[in-house]
Amino acid sequence: MELLCPAGNLTALRAAVDNGADTVYIGFRDVTNARQFPGLNFTAEQAERGVEYAHERGVRVHVAVNSYVQAGGWAQWQQSIDQAARIGADAVIVADLGLLAYTAEQWPQLGRHLSVQASATTPEALDFYRRRYGVTRAVLPRVLSIQQVEALAGETDVELEVFGFGSLCVMAEGRCLLSSYATGESPNTVGACSPAWAVQWQERPEGREVRLGGLLIDRFAPEEPAGYPTICKGRYEVEGELEHAFETPTSLETAELLPRLRRAGIHAVKIEGRQRSPAYVGKVTRIWRQLMDRLPAAEAAEGDYAPDPDQVSALQAFSEGRTTTLGPYERKWQ
Amino acid sequence: MSEGAKAMKIAIGPILYHWPAAEIRRFYDSLRGRVDTFYLGETVCSRRREMRAEDWIGLGRELAEEGHEVVLSTLSLVVARSEAAVVRRLCDNGELRVEANDYTAVSELEARGLPFVAGPTLNIYSGRALRAIQRAGAVRWVPPIEMPGASLRGVLAELAELGGDPMETEVFAYGRQPLAFSARCFTARHYDRPKDDCGLVCAHHPEGMPVTTRAGERFLAINGIQTQSWCCANLIPAIPQMQEMGLSAVRLSPRPGAMDEVVAAFRAAIDGAPVTLEEPPLEQQCDGYWWGDAGYKRKALETGTVE
Repeated sequence: MELLCPAGNLTALRAAVDNGADTVYIGFRDVTNARQFPGLNFTAEQAERGVEYAHERGVRVHVAVNSYVQAGGWAQWQQSIDQAARIGADAVIVADLGLLAYTAEQWPQLGRHLSVQASATTPEALDFYRRRYGVTRAVLPRVLSIQQVEALAGETDVELEVFGFGSLCVMAEGRCLLSSYATGESPNTVGACSPAWAVQWQERPEGREVRLGGLLIDRFAPEEPAGYPTICKGRYEVEGELEHAFETPTSLETAELLPRLRRAGIHAVKIEGRQRSPAYVGKVTRIWRQLMDRLPAAEAAEGDYAPDPDQVSALQAFSEGRTTTLGPYERKWQ
Repeated sequence: MSEGAKAMKIAIGPILYHWPAAEIRRFYDSLRGRVDTFYLGETVCSRRREMRAEDWIGLGRELAEEGHEVVLSTLSLVVARSEAAVVRRLCDNGELRVEANDYTAVSELEARGLPFVAGPTLNIYSGRALRAIQRAGAVRWVPPIEMPGASLRGVLAELAELGGDPMETEVFAYGRQPLAFSARCFTARHYDRPKDDCGLVCAHHPEGMPVTTRAGERFLAINGIQTQSWCCANLIPAIPQMQEMGLSAVRLSPRPGAMDEVVAAFRAAIDGAPVTLEEPPLEQQCDGYWWGDAGYKRKALETGTVE
């Protein structure tokens, strides 16, 4: 199984490479990727240096061009694909049909991976992308249970990549317009969820309030930890009860599922977090490298597999709200 | 129904809520002969079984015999094999057109060479993507809910430049807007029930469960695994612009009650009459997306015109 790690800049890319990533995934510094944050991501020149650094060490680079081409924006998205091809990226991660068609036609040698933003969940859907656009791998959206992931792996020729660790989208990726409902901008249109310009913090007698596009999405007590504000993790009133109506802030952590994922033939495990610091990327990459390297021995040992508790608690320390979940992989969500 | 080939049509979108079968039939009875197109089927949750695939197909045949255009809508998020089987059953109905709401359905329809309607969740945002889905067999499309009118105009111009055939375009013009889909059922979660033993609690909420901010602003509506805008889209003020762009239909999304009034208002607006619709009251309406703003905003609804 391949370990894919995120990088939002060159330092993070080196940290991922140096700590044992098999593949690093990156994006260009514009609206063409679904993790567009101010100051984050790569210029073409930085990306080229990143590919060089990784390739010299036997590590692959995937480039996410995974927001949706907007009206009038073709030239910009095409340029991202062309740049990824020219700098020698091993694959592009794409969701848009027009971009997939273009890449298949113009850069047939460039690997085409279906982005999680395309939310493909069935062998039929995967086969559509394979037969029409030569997609060889798909990143699964975080909506399937582990049983469903296992079943899907048995029914498709497309390689599967799943998220193993990091922030958790509660909604199916590419199927969420909550951000644009409040701000006019979404991951699909500009690659941004909860764009920073639309976030407003305010100290008030009732507590620290955070608004998105003018709408109050949460209020925190003085010592209460507050993560990056997104609509799906806010607190609201539903039928007279104040609650996290969608999800409490938590992170996905699936170390205990590794043996099942491997047995199912999952091709790659992906760590979320292009927006994270190089230090974070380095440490999380190292822990996951060890978890995966020790997997065969740990599985061969007597009894049920359990990942190293020290490593699990180390991962927990990196997690939003310091809590983790198996998310959609476990029955409770289904 | 409206005269003339160019008159915009009125389509009734699929019912997004869990209503009892009798209510569903009453709903369609009340609109017979008053609209051009009915989209039928369960698009949100496969656990809702008031109407099986066979029932939808049967109802569809009845309505089609009476002269309506009928389209069968597929599930928007397909994860279980049983769900994919229902999608296949709808695609194999042999007679009625299908609206594909995910790429499972697109795959089935393309493989059969059947013309289809590309639903609003297929993420078609550009002329190139529209050309690609057209090549796969789409003959009509419903743009993403968040697409502004000006962008839609651009997409259609791009399609023409690419040499694509003109495509029928249907805009989501009325109703609570579907904004997100999840593996989780938020209605069941609110009732502290597991999704696979949900007791179909969403049946208690024929128009979803309101989500209110801590400042008391009505914000969203929870409808099972779907999250909707709490405010109701109303694009009546945009109709002259849609007609000028050559769009083929408006989609009105079913709400409990008052749909006859809504249909009449849209029909009048299409016929060029000045009309205001206060169902629901104006402060519960929105049109921000069409005018390129945040979805929850009121633009032309407030001022009468924009631009």
